[in-house]
Amino acid sequence: MNEEIKSFTISIYTENNIGLLNRISAIFQRRHINIESLTTSQSEIEGVNRFVIVVNITESQAKKIIGQFQKQIEVIRAYYHTEEQTIYQESGMFKIKSDLLFDEPQIQNIIKESNARIVTVNKEFFVLEKSGRRNEIESLRRDLNIFGIMQFVRSGRIAVTKEEMKITEMLLAFNNQ
Amino acid sequence: MKETQTMETSKTDIAQTERICGSEAIIKCLIAEGVDILYGYPGGAIMPVYDELYKYRDEIHHVLTRHEQGAAHAAQGFARISGRVGVAMATSGPGATNLITGIADAQIDSTPIVCITGQVPSHLLGTDAFQETDIIGISTPVTKWNHQVTKASEIPEVLAKAFYIAKSGRPGPVLIDITKDAQFGELDFKYEKCTGVRSYIPTPKTNVESVNAAANLINAAKKPMIVWGQGVILGEAEAELKAVIEKTGIPSAWTIMGASAIPTSHPLNIGMVGMHGNYAPNKLTNECDVLIAIGMRFDDRVTGDLNTYAKQAKVIHFEIDPAEVNKNVHADVAVLGNSKDSLSQLLPLLNENTHIEWLQEFKDLYAIEFDKVIKSDLHPTKEGLTMGEVLKEINVQSKGDAAIVSDVGQHQMIACRYSEFNKTKSNITSGGLGTMGFALPAAIGAKMAAPEREVVAIIGDGGYQMNIQELGTIFQQKVPVKIVVLNNEFLGMVRQWQQLFFDKRYASTEMTNPDFVTIAKGYHIEGKRVVKREELADAIKEMIASKESYFLEVCVEKEDNVFPMIPSGASVSDIRLS
Repeated sequence: MNEEIKSFTISIYTENNIGLLNRISAIFQRRHINIESLTTSQSEIEGVNRFVIVVNITESQAKKIIGQFQKQIEVIRAYYHTEEQTIYQESGMFKIKSDLLFDEPQIQNIIKESNARIVTVNKEFFVLEKSGRRNEIESLRRDLNIFGIMQFVRSGRIAVTKEEMKITEMLLAFNNQ
Repeated sequence: MKETQTMETSKTDIAQTERICGSEAIIKCLIAEGVDILYGYPGGAIMPVYDELYKYRDEIHHVLTRHEQGAAHAAQGFARISGRVGVAMATSGPGATNLITGIADAQIDSTPIVCITGQVPSHLLGTDAFQETDIIGISTPVTKWNHQVTKASEIPEVLAKAFYIAKSGRPGPVLIDITKDAQFGELDFKYEKCTGVRSYIPTPKTNVESVNAAANLINAAKKPMIVWGQGVILGEAEAELKAVIEKTGIPSAWTIMGASAIPTSHPLNIGMVGMHGNYAPNKLTNECDVLIAIGMRFDDRVTGDLNTYAKQAKVIHFEIDPAEVNKNVHADVAVLGNSKDSLSQLLPLLNENTHIEWLQEFKDLYAIEFDKVIKSDLHPTKEGLTMGEVLKEINVQSKGDAAIVSDVGQHQMIACRYSEFNKTKSNITSGGLGTMGFALPAAIGAKMAAPEREVVAIIGDGGYQMNIQELGTIFQQKVPVKIVVLNNEFLGMVRQWQQLFFDKRYASTEMTNPDFVTIAKGYHIEGKRVVKREELADAIKEMIASKESYFLEVCVEKEDNVFPMIPSGASVSDIRLS
């Protein structure tokens, strides 16, 4: 009963229809599962969307909610994966006063060492973008926070899996029926 | 799934297109799906469809219920007795939200219904327009599928999909919300039935190895027990189940939703499982060595405490919905697929067998239950009437051929425990959701779908008053349903819990009731009130003999309790007889 709570990345391939996000989020809400992050975008297949959702739950909970997702009419397939089974990234953006670039030479070192990218610079502010693991983005945030950050935003996790998904095959199989 | 409605429609499939408006297209889609009766209530946003219903009134009969909830439950009753898709229609806003209870009921009890709601014109969506409500958002958690149509051209495809999804696989409710401009808009109409949705696998393939594994476990079992559910009825697998039971001699119990799939009188039918089920199958769930669950979902009212449920047994789960496997009870063998297919595959692999000693254990426990509970329920010696004796008399007078539509509460448990069913699809009740107010409108739908059948609604005085307005529908439509109100002047089941678990603090459960017979008479429904035992048999005889709708109120003992009972959260082993 006392199963370990772990971070799982849930991938849901769906038709691109209005209302599906509502249907998916309701499945979490009904079971009182907090969503750590959620992103949705087009997948590798035209017209097929992919949700990538991170939740902290037990594996048996993960299995059960996957069943609930797959049961939804417009869900093509749902999977859960552990962190080890995926390659994942997040992205953070930092808006910082431009003066600091000149007043605080350390900032330039932080930018270089962190492999962050300068997206834009103008007289008032510049914007940094950093992709990577959560801890890398957090580390950069802590370093920059000393000097002051005007705005910070971090994306949800995006992930691809090490194993094959075979969604195309699944859709082809339907078409050939 | 057997597509009972397919054959009718091929002739209505129209090869060429014709230019018509959306609302007419809706009616044509319904006709193409074999719909001849639907239940609903008009209003602003659905008026164009009602205008077409008027034009097509010779082909499709619209039943005006007195409340949209009644329409949804009537559609459910229609579906439950016939296996066909029930249809309900309502306007936007309150019309649509009033359907929700019926939709939620259909969702949890896997009932195929299609609900069509009108919606404000698409340019007003999101403006808080008059009678605008986000019915797609509201209905999402309680529908198998829902969709909003904003263009007339989408109507045929979306409605075809709606019927296909509602009926296929594990059935369920579908809601289609259609904006008023889509109803007025024109389209080139052509109807093609939906035969598949690429993201939806209605029935998973039955795996041969799993069937073999199930057969091996069953053949080796010393004390096997079957518990079947509604999946047998929905899959139309009654004959297959009967063959399996008879070949193997396995004692077989049912959930409330599975009731009537095998006749009550069958020697291997050992009764109902669950909170108010029979003593033997509940007790012996924790004694069997193999538990064979067929088309049931291990609801908490069936299992009681999961930590002490059938832990000694190997569990075989025959199930169409993969999400149900291992949801509540771990399955040692899961056989996915439609029950008709999987049981057909199982049958030839099973050894002929009998389990006489094991069956005797059920009989011995039945004798205890008879002595402690059933005898005084069915053959009472005390003055007050019991609900059980009313059911017994209905069994006798209807010869077990009636479809019993029960509401929710004590009378429901009594109806399910004591009804003697000869025919399948005869127990129509709100199982999963426990919707008081279900029975009266559901009985209307059931009777209209199966006019040849005797339909008797058994309702408590509480639930009756939740949809009592549907007497108006019965009167207007001349639906010859028989209505039995078992009146104990209490919300009996809640009162029973208050007595047992809340030190008899009867908070808001006592009811001061109106004169029900006079109310029925107000709707020109013949009625009678029975207070004495000697009047009961004749009154039921008169009711059954009536060619028209008939109302019978039976005043029963006020504070009777339903036993056996597994207290909420207790083990099935701890079932109480008093």
